Amino acid sequence: MRPRVVVNLVLAFVALLFLAPLLWLVTASFDANGGLSTRPPTRFTLSNFDAVLTWDVGGRPLVNGLLLSGGAALITVVVAVLAAYPLSRYQLRFRRPFLYSVLFTTGLPITAIMVPVYGLFVRLNLIDSLAGTTVFMAATALPMAIWMSKNFMDGIPVSLEEAAWVDGASPMQALRRIVLPLMLPGLAVVAIFNFISAWGNFFVPFVLLLDPAKQPASVNVFLFFGEHGGVAYGQLAAYSILYTTPVIALYLVVSRALGGGFTMAGAVKA
Amino acid sequence: MARREHQRIVTWLPPLSPSFVLLGLFVVGPILWCFYAAFTNTAMSGVAARNPRFVGLENFANIVSGTDVGASLWLTVLFVLGSAVVGQNGLGMLLAVFMQRRGRLLRGVVSSIVVAAWVLPEVVAAFAVYAFLNSQGTLNEVLSALGLGQQNWLYTAPMFAIILANVWRGTAFSMLVYQAALSEVPGDLTEAAEVDGAGPVSRFWHVVLPTIRRTVVTNLMLITLQTIGLFGLIYVLTAGGPDNKTRTLPLLMYEQAFKFGQIGYGTAIALVLLVLGAAFSMVYIRSLRAEV
Repeated sequence: MRPRVVVNLVLAFVALLFLAPLLWLVTASFDANGGLSTRPPTRFTLSNFDAVLTWDVGGRPLVNGLLLSGGAALITVVVAVLAAYPLSRYQLRFRRPFLYSVLFTTGLPITAIMVPVYGLFVRLNLIDSLAGTTVFMAATALPMAIWMSKNFMDGIPVSLEEAAWVDGASPMQALRRIVLPLMLPGLAVVAIFNFISAWGNFFVPFVLLLDPAKQPASVNVFLFFGEHGGVAYGQLAAYSILYTTPVIALYLVVSRALGGGFTMAGAVKA
Repeated sequence: MARREHQRIVTWLPPLSPSFVLLGLFVVGPILWCFYAAFTNTAMSGVAARNPRFVGLENFANIVSGTDVGASLWLTVLFVLGSAVVGQNGLGMLLAVFMQRRGRLLRGVVSSIVVAAWVLPEVVAAFAVYAFLNSQGTLNEVLSALGLGQQNWLYTAPMFAIILANVWRGTAFSMLVYQAALSEVPGDLTEAAEVDGAGPVSRFWHVVLPTIRRTVVTNLMLITLQTIGLFGLIYVLTAGGPDNKTRTLPLLMYEQAFKFGQIGYGTAIALVLLVLGAAFSMVYIRSLRAEV
């Protein structure tokens, strides 16, 4: 069976190529003399992690990142669910155009609006405001979140709410008591998905947060690279691993929860 | 359904209003402001910051007459074609097809490695590629072990370097999309072709590819949109250099607006980026509408 051998070899080769840059992060972070190439540590050490686990490096930026990403994810999910309810349950004249506009917005490059947004933040005196940046990140994540929440809500039968209406519950009570519990797994996915992309977002905080004390890890790790990257590769790798671990953990949670089928196909197929 | 009759404004406006406010203030507002500022000489500081003047099409005339934007546009096209359309899309498809009918173990290991590169935050992915391509990096070590020449890839072949970086980071998305699509191709279609004597290549070309062509279009649009606005990966790896050889539109926009303080000119560049994105986004929605 020669074709099978060729296919396996190609797969192994590609996997090796993809693995090589990843491995460097691990080997260099545990190496006392960590350089730029991937090799087993010449002298195994934890001192690289020790060196970056200070409040200014591995502490505050991670906390800032947590506030920024957690806050943005929370705001996005709450606002998106509220919007999804009338879009899913009511016959509204502007529903289709609105949904298509939302879908259209998910495709626009957010990078392109950062110049006017910077101007807006200067005018509103929001530069260096963690809260302002959090709300902005929530707003840019909204289109995708509204779209996904509306689709999740469509999957929940209206008959369940009708029973509540008969008993005199208001639409918002029905949303909170009946619809929300049923779509909780879906909402958790939306929240984690938003958290991961906000945690990794570099450009937005890079433009809107200039004070090092306010910057999240995505920006701080880049500054660390600029200041110490030329020498302390081991520390850079250790910092990168600290910064990456939460995202990997959350990804594993989501892909487990969806039975390994976390393919984003839902987003693609709409 | 009970609630399908005409709805009064008091029932739908309150729950929708937070979305309207946030999207209006932070997404629609800035987009509209782009259209205004691109026709002014707004600057970060000085007279033009306090009293911006309407300059008509001057910024766009500068775009057309200058070489900066043209060069950046070409680099952006090269980057999108090389890293997304050919790289991520092609490699993702190849991996998905090759992994069909492989053992669980092999499939799990290969997928996990490819997905790991995708899950990394943008900046960390850039560090990993930086170390890999550096003159003292892993690639050169391997090349020298094979008796081949070494070079500092980020200087000698910067465009190749950022394309490689984006292929490495983004292939997982296309792979996952195609894995899902291939699993939905009816088995009897390919079996029938096999009975008729079609080889694996012609089975893929004549049976599988036509079946999943809508997914291909959707995927191409999505990864193009993700790649057009890419900033962090390129900024960390090359910062647009050397010699502006990797200064794609987002990097040019950043440089003009934030480093040189030319907000008006920077916004005109942003507008070019937005229009490009809008065009691809339209095609993307079209491709979905055909499917729904």
